[in-house]
Amino acid sequence: MIAIIDYKAGNLTSVVKAVRFLGAQNVVVTQSPQDLLQAGKILLPGVGHFRSTELLHTLGLTAAIRQAIAAGIPFLGICVGLQWLYQGSTEAPETPGLGCFAGRCQRFPATLDGQRIKSPHVGWNSLESIRPGSRLLSGIPSGSYVYYTHSWRAPLSTDTAAQTLYAGAFTAAVERDNVMGVQFHPEKSAEVGLQVLRNFLAL
Amino acid sequence: MLTKRIIACMDVHNGRVVKGIQFVDIVDAGDPAELAHRHARAGADEIVLLDITATHEGRGTILETVKRAAAELFVPFTVGGGVRSAEDARAVFDAGADKVSINSAAIARPELIAEIGSSFGAQAVIVAIDARRARNSSDPVAQAEVYVSGGRKPTGRRVVDWAIEAEQRGAGEILLTSMDSDGTRAGFDCELTRLVSQAVQIPVIASGGAGSAAHFAEVFLHGKADAALAASIFHFGITDSRALKAEIAAAGVSMRLPC
Repeated sequence: MIAIIDYKAGNLTSVVKAVRFLGAQNVVVTQSPQDLLQAGKILLPGVGHFRSTELLHTLGLTAAIRQAIAAGIPFLGICVGLQWLYQGSTEAPETPGLGCFAGRCQRFPATLDGQRIKSPHVGWNSLESIRPGSRLLSGIPSGSYVYYTHSWRAPLSTDTAAQTLYAGAFTAAVERDNVMGVQFHPEKSAEVGLQVLRNFLAL
Repeated sequence: MLTKRIIACMDVHNGRVVKGIQFVDIVDAGDPAELAHRHARAGADEIVLLDITATHEGRGTILETVKRAAAELFVPFTVGGGVRSAEDARAVFDAGADKVSINSAAIARPELIAEIGSSFGAQAVIVAIDARRARNSSDPVAQAEVYVSGGRKPTGRRVVDWAIEAEQRGAGEILLTSMDSDGTRAGFDCELTRLVSQAVQIPVIASGGAGSAAHFAEVFLHGKADAALAASIFHFGITDSRALKAEIAAAGVSMRLPC
């Protein structure tokens, strides 16, 4: 079973569609902790405000996700789903993240070196410095383009599997063992994005 | 590096893609779902479907069309036309759209921007502005006026003021159509685009007047557009996005290539 977590943060249609297009059977959109513990893979999509992740806690999903991750179930966070894997975000300072990765997500600066920085960062940008051996980004060369739409970003760390440059470098993809996240939208990133999802589904 | 986006737009009337030449002779350009996929395969960075029927009877048809077009489309997909409430927007998202574009309805009731944004995120709300230069003004660009109802009704509002308000109310992007340029294939309104783009922090999509690769390069380099949209240039095999993007890139604009 592929469990896609619904925490009322935006539109899940595209993610579900892409996963089904890639041949995944038994795709379940769920809010049930039990489903997560029985899942073969877990996806946490989500666009919108970081505060919306509080519903994960309310529904008892945070504990289930910790358990599932500890049990080795592959987990992929997308966009806000990636950000939630960090300790938190300045978008909602009182809302804790999972804390799986160190650091907090920050907003893009309004200016950099006197240049105005538009925000949100919307559009196709390239994946750089892809970490050799990344399972999630296997077969994807650095310089490949993916689609972004976000105003907050995760910091770089040793778990960063790829970075993207916009007002400096940020984490485009993060990966440690079975815990992964992408800031971009693989379901909207044409063939490169489908390859990311294909890699995840093949784990 | 963030690239500039080329957006293929389809005007859909009664379930078919149409293109008016100088707003008259409506020509049938094909099936929206088929064309959406063809554009995506040909390298368009994004697809926009504008329902120009926008009648009550036409809503069911358009949702069915959106569903078919979205089925195997893995690039961003925007739907506009006839979205007047958060419920309308929800129906369009459920059918598979990633963003909605709102125009007259946002002018009539600006709260709509935040209503849609609060459920689906600001990135999902594009405020479309139909703009006409103020011919009799001493500064026709700065005084350019917003029109609604398919460009038939002047609102008395300045384009720049409305763009700033739309941003403050939570729009994710601005789609700026120059009615003066639309359909001419003589180039985008770079001055107006630049003015709006510099007045807001959110991305601005330029529309109206695309006729050649040079026009796109101009609106990116001089008009400071973040994306540019064209309809007729892509239909009837006039050009495809890949060839167009290669030419624009040669003019010094970063493009998603290969695509």
